[in-house]
Amino acid sequence: MIDKTELALLAEAAKEIRKKTLDMIGFLGVGHIGGALSIADLLAVLYFREMRTDPANPRWEGRDRLVLSKGHAGPALYSALAMKGFFPEEWLHTLNLGGSNLPSHCDRNKTPGIDMTTGSLGQGISAACGIALANRIDRRDVFTFAIVGDGETNEGQVWEAAMFAAHAGLGKLIAFTDNNKMQIDGLTADVSGIECLEAKWSAFGWETSRIDGHDIGAIVQAIEKAKVGAEAADAGAKAKPTMIILDTVKGKGAAFCEGQVASHNMNFDYETAKKAIADLDR
Amino acid sequence: MPAKEMRAVYAQTLIELAKDDPSIMVVEADLMRATGTQPFKAAYPERAVDVGVAEANMLGVAAGLAAEGKTPFAATFACFASRRAFDQFFLSGAYARLPVKLVGTDPGITATFNGGTHMPFEDLGILRTVPGIDIVEPSDPVSLAALVPQIAKSGKVAYLRLHRKAVEEIYPAGETFELGKAKLLREGNDAVIIALGAVMVPEALAAADLLKAEGIAAAVIDAISVKPLDAELIGAWIRKTGVAVTAENHQRIGSLGSAVAELMAENGWEAPAAASGSGNLRPARLARIGVADQFGEVGTQDWLKARFGLTARDIAEAVKSLVRQRKEP
Repeated sequence: MIDKTELALLAEAAKEIRKKTLDMIGFLGVGHIGGALSIADLLAVLYFREMRTDPANPRWEGRDRLVLSKGHAGPALYSALAMKGFFPEEWLHTLNLGGSNLPSHCDRNKTPGIDMTTGSLGQGISAACGIALANRIDRRDVFTFAIVGDGETNEGQVWEAAMFAAHAGLGKLIAFTDNNKMQIDGLTADVSGIECLEAKWSAFGWETSRIDGHDIGAIVQAIEKAKVGAEAADAGAKAKPTMIILDTVKGKGAAFCEGQVASHNMNFDYETAKKAIADLDR
Repeated sequence: MPAKEMRAVYAQTLIELAKDDPSIMVVEADLMRATGTQPFKAAYPERAVDVGVAEANMLGVAAGLAAEGKTPFAATFACFASRRAFDQFFLSGAYARLPVKLVGTDPGITATFNGGTHMPFEDLGILRTVPGIDIVEPSDPVSLAALVPQIAKSGKVAYLRLHRKAVEEIYPAGETFELGKAKLLREGNDAVIIALGAVMVPEALAAADLLKAEGIAAAVIDAISVKPLDAELIGAWIRKTGVAVTAENHQRIGSLGSAVAELMAENGWEAPAAASGSGNLRPARLARIGVADQFGEVGTQDWLKARFGLTARDIAEAVKSLVRQRKEP
């Protein structure tokens, strides 16, 4: 369980991820702000509590892996990685500039701390299956985390991976759906209805839960429950993979874009970003 | 020369490799019985993954395995390997710089009774656009067994176009091969036939025999590698003869014929003066034997070979036509 002091620290980390993400994209003037802000609380929990990482040795074999299958939310992850010290914070203002190590979509060859190149939706969750499988074969006691977008679940490959992970018994694969209920062309419910997500993932053989994706305590609890389930099986043994569906709000924490479909990839100037950052501090 | 089933050679080579290299794995999409890797699974059950009928996921899983240091050989029919899972191979494999080894079986007319839906005449053209890829189509069991270990150790993405049925050996046991290099099978000063794969290399050798009977000496090169193309060997024989004919079990668009055309056009090679009727220098000439912008269809391999103009006689006629034109004043 988590005490109030740590809860406050994680909330502070989530706020800092949002501030850095707003600053980075606002400095450039355009980017995928909505789906980056919706996963800030999850990233705070993962990087500041649940994941074993070594920023000085990003490919350390004993680390826990993360695949951001919704690769367009890269800027939120870059904020967390910079805060952890994987690379200098000055890099954040190079987002998407020619020669940058921080491209809009995650690239394992450019950015220290990125475990898989993603951007074509549906592919990351398959790669996460391969990563989890390789670690089981090699008897490494590590977790593989994956973050899937709700719109991304339109992709058939997500369900190919879902079927495979359960069949292969990848118990140390813990995935999340960022269910912010919006995609580029509108509400997920209007474009190609994806609900009921718990029933779908359960039917595919995953341990499934659904929580408020901005409730840090609930995220911690859900991950720890998944870990206990996975650890119960021996390293090499098969167990159910876990899907934690996070009910989130697109653009969470920035009034100018919160809850707006247009926030998927939007233009906003640096002044707008600075005002949103000041509001977060208030 | 003895005939051997190519898929059996493929599987046996991987089994041998896997003894010393724990990273070797096979990833399959419900076609193990076709690609022939069941003996690998029997030898290394934990290192054989069958994801079911899900080619996109097969390549995603392979990429994830590669990210953790594995060397995955992901196999399916060539039509699915190229057309169906191209984005997964391109992005999760090649773009991510993860050494996924893609294997496409049943190339071109060897798909026979599976017909047009399963008959890939475009896989090499599609995959040749992937930056940095090695593309190999071995013509016989000896070259296949020699090249699979090199593909495994290259550290890069590769596409192995695998003829899985039994074919006769062209090379003697112990012949050495180098990834990216072609082989000169026969010398000849009048023309060079550059052929690819287990269907067309024997046809090219038969064409050279037909031509010899008519007094035309044709060299024959087994291209083996579509990318990189062995420009050194192929270029030397084009300059020497001034007449090149490519032969492939594939569309003329995008693969070997295109690669040789690009090579010739960019180098502006001329036929040797002595070969010309007039004694004036002329550009070296090219004809491409391959499928002429058509879809596949059902039939026996021999029927399809004739249907799409892939026989020794078609190759020989193309050579004769160019040699005749060259001798005109």
